[in-house]
Amino acid sequence: MKLLARLRRNKSAEVISGDIANREVEGLSQSQIVRRRFLRHRGAMISLIVLGVVILFVFSALDLSIGFLKYHGWWKYSITDQPDIRTNGCPPGLGGCPTFSLNPFGAFGLGNHPFGQDDIGRDYFALVMRGAQRSISVMFIIGIVGGAIGTTIGAISGFYRGWVDSVLMRFTDFIITIPSIIIGSVIGYHFGNLGVTFLALYLGLFAWTGLSRLVRGEFLTLREREFVDAAKVAGASNRRIIFKHILPNAVGVIIVSVTLIMSGAILLETALSYLGFGVVAPDVSLGLLISQYQDSFTTRPWLFWYPGIFIILIALTVNFIGDGLRDAFDPRQRRRISRKEKAAERKVAAERQG
Amino acid sequence: MIAYVGRRITALLIILFGSSFILYNLAAISGDPTEGLRGSTDPKVKAQLLSLTRTLNLDVPPPARYFLWLKRIFTGFNFGQTRDGHAVSIDLTAAIPTTIRLILLATIIAIVMGVAFGIVSALRQYSRFDYGMTFVAFLMYSLPIFWVAVLLKQYLAISFNNFLAEVTIQPGWIIALSVVSGLFWASLISGSRAKVWKVFGIAAGINALILTILSVTKWFAHPGLGPIVIFGLSVGVAYGITFLSTGLGNKAALKSAQAMAVIALVLYYPNQYIFNHAGGVLTIFGQLLVTLALGYGVARYFAKVDRRPVARTAMLTGGVIGLLILIDKLMQTWQPYLATDAINGRPVPTISESNSLLPTGNFWFTFLDTLLHLFLPTIALSLISFAGYIRYSRGTLLEVMNQDYIRTARAKGLTERTVIMRHAFRNTLIPLTTIIVVDFAAIIGGAIITERVFGWRGMGTLFNKAISDLDLNLLMGVFFVTATLAVLANLAADLIYSALDPRIRVVGS
Repeated sequence: MKLLARLRRNKSAEVISGDIANREVEGLSQSQIVRRRFLRHRGAMISLIVLGVVILFVFSALDLSIGFLKYHGWWKYSITDQPDIRTNGCPPGLGGCPTFSLNPFGAFGLGNHPFGQDDIGRDYFALVMRGAQRSISVMFIIGIVGGAIGTTIGAISGFYRGWVDSVLMRFTDFIITIPSIIIGSVIGYHFGNLGVTFLALYLGLFAWTGLSRLVRGEFLTLREREFVDAAKVAGASNRRIIFKHILPNAVGVIIVSVTLIMSGAILLETALSYLGFGVVAPDVSLGLLISQYQDSFTTRPWLFWYPGIFIILIALTVNFIGDGLRDAFDPRQRRRISRKEKAAERKVAAERQG
Repeated sequence: MIAYVGRRITALLIILFGSSFILYNLAAISGDPTEGLRGSTDPKVKAQLLSLTRTLNLDVPPPARYFLWLKRIFTGFNFGQTRDGHAVSIDLTAAIPTTIRLILLATIIAIVMGVAFGIVSALRQYSRFDYGMTFVAFLMYSLPIFWVAVLLKQYLAISFNNFLAEVTIQPGWIIALSVVSGLFWASLISGSRAKVWKVFGIAAGINALILTILSVTKWFAHPGLGPIVIFGLSVGVAYGITFLSTGLGNKAALKSAQAMAVIALVLYYPNQYIFNHAGGVLTIFGQLLVTLALGYGVARYFAKVDRRPVARTAMLTGGVIGLLILIDKLMQTWQPYLATDAINGRPVPTISESNSLLPTGNFWFTFLDTLLHLFLPTIALSLISFAGYIRYSRGTLLEVMNQDYIRTARAKGLTERTVIMRHAFRNTLIPLTTIIVVDFAAIIGGAIITERVFGWRGMGTLFNKAISDLDLNLLMGVFFVTATLAVLANLAADLIYSALDPRIRVVGS
């Protein structure tokens, strides 16, 4: 009897956790489920907020001009200003030390030169902000360009199959074999001086290979599903089937791998700039700053720390957002049901029985 | 099988052809090597321009020039000349071993560590360890390798060298390291809070004790294990490997593993003699073969039936103990190595791939020197792929553990060890082979940056030179080697995949 009771309890525990998982998706559309799951992913939500704050902070700091629109940044220095190098308050022989402080009893706050000054007195905070702006723009441009090309190529080859598929996939294979740093350097060395937008556009032209393979695989399975047959029977054109029926179902795969492309892009851009094949002086990039000041690490470490921290902050948050999205879009994913919830459910079930 | 390999090789050759064609044209249109000479009116420069145009066939448009390049490779394996006039193939042959050494060690370390941590992470899903590892993996994904390299140089090389000058560990460090070690072990434990704290206390205590002993005895000045410590460790290794490989219930396996530990103790001094008088790569390789043969012999003696798992256990144990003995020998080399003029008490280098001032002829010095020079670049390079392997092996194992055959295995009453090691772990390895290939291209890219940071003269240096000189022949030479390596890794993974997974039938065999 006892054994039976225990068995039943085990059984009911399993049913309960299934219940919770089912109940929370009851009556919700796919996008609502995804949104809910994403909002519940703590790491991803924190990362989203942090990334948003970083982007606002970084882009509002310096003067910007887009066409006729001029925006006046809140930071007092620009990247070309050369104020006098601060010496008082710094260790002897080390001019331009940072004023940023988290000490609540001392000089709390940003101060005059929060990240210090470089050799010729330029404000390092302004330089890092400009570098972070460059990296973030490159990240988004590569993500958009790579995402668009990858989706198109993957969709076409997965939907039409046959020789179109073979040609496109062989082409993808060709590009996949070339390490991205090699292709990036070849492009970057020539196009780096055209400005960061062009560099990002060109890099985006080669960043789509992994995505296109995934999208192709998704299209290959989706096109065999009943709803596609139904659409065909109803007389929908190929274009309509691709855009209205299959693409919305493949959007999870696309979004997740675009975030991966983006986090890879920021590391690629900084690495290329570090090697000297990406963003070139007088423009500023986080990778370039690190490469310029890596030798001063022992004497003036702030010149080295801050650009690196910004690279890691951006890449890490993007990676976590990608992870949250993957969990949210994965239909097999079941949320972990906490002990508290299980206990509460069991209580309810027991009351219902007794 | 041969037909299958043949077909794969043909496909890979086509891929190599296509990607080299794309890269050649891309590189050719992205820069003109004669740009600097164009504007000048000096007749000397003009002549130089003409000769450059002739030797590099610059008058031929890039797509056609590619076929000239290809023809040279097919006719005489001739990669052409660099812009400063030496043969590309000579530069390449000098650079390849350096880079391969770097990539190979980093890949192996990343795979072993990544798979081990990933699997523990999956078996302890949603534990503190799992969350911690997830965070660490994402952090490593996001680290720029050139930034980490500078940090490594500062903290693992310069600070460690400073530490070696005094050899005593500061109490602050002992406490910090012990807390970290305690946290690590406690995060693996699930259960009541008291149990977690107990594990934390024990782990931190043992760690603090070991560190204090090492500090007080100034072990780091003259490190070494000695036969007694090696024997103790060997017995531990014997138990550990037997547990993982066959389970402690298999008495024959346990006995043969223990026998290997005893043999190692008996042979310790003869071994030292061989090390001192005939040290060399071949000797070590020969000793490995002897160890494996011994392992097989011992297994044959102890096990009458079902010898294979016993032999496997004995051989693995022998291999690990051999590694311990080798490490011990290297530790003994440490002090004389430190005392040489070339090292002068600062052993961990931050730059270049070998110390040219070191007295030649002493195998152990060269060996230790190579390892120490590999130390930092290998860590930098393996950090990034390590993260990938953790995530991937964790995901795969979780998927495998949900399969029906795992439920079947448990239902028929197999022990958890057998279920995990024999049913789940092996099936996890199969899809893992595919990521190794993808990772290989990434690690080559990482090697280019790592070589730059650490000043190695390998493929990365050649590559940097090729790009900044707009040297097409050199660039294509470097690409040819890296792409061939990547493609060969691809082929190897395909073959391993089909060998491991019986569901994949190789058509044609």
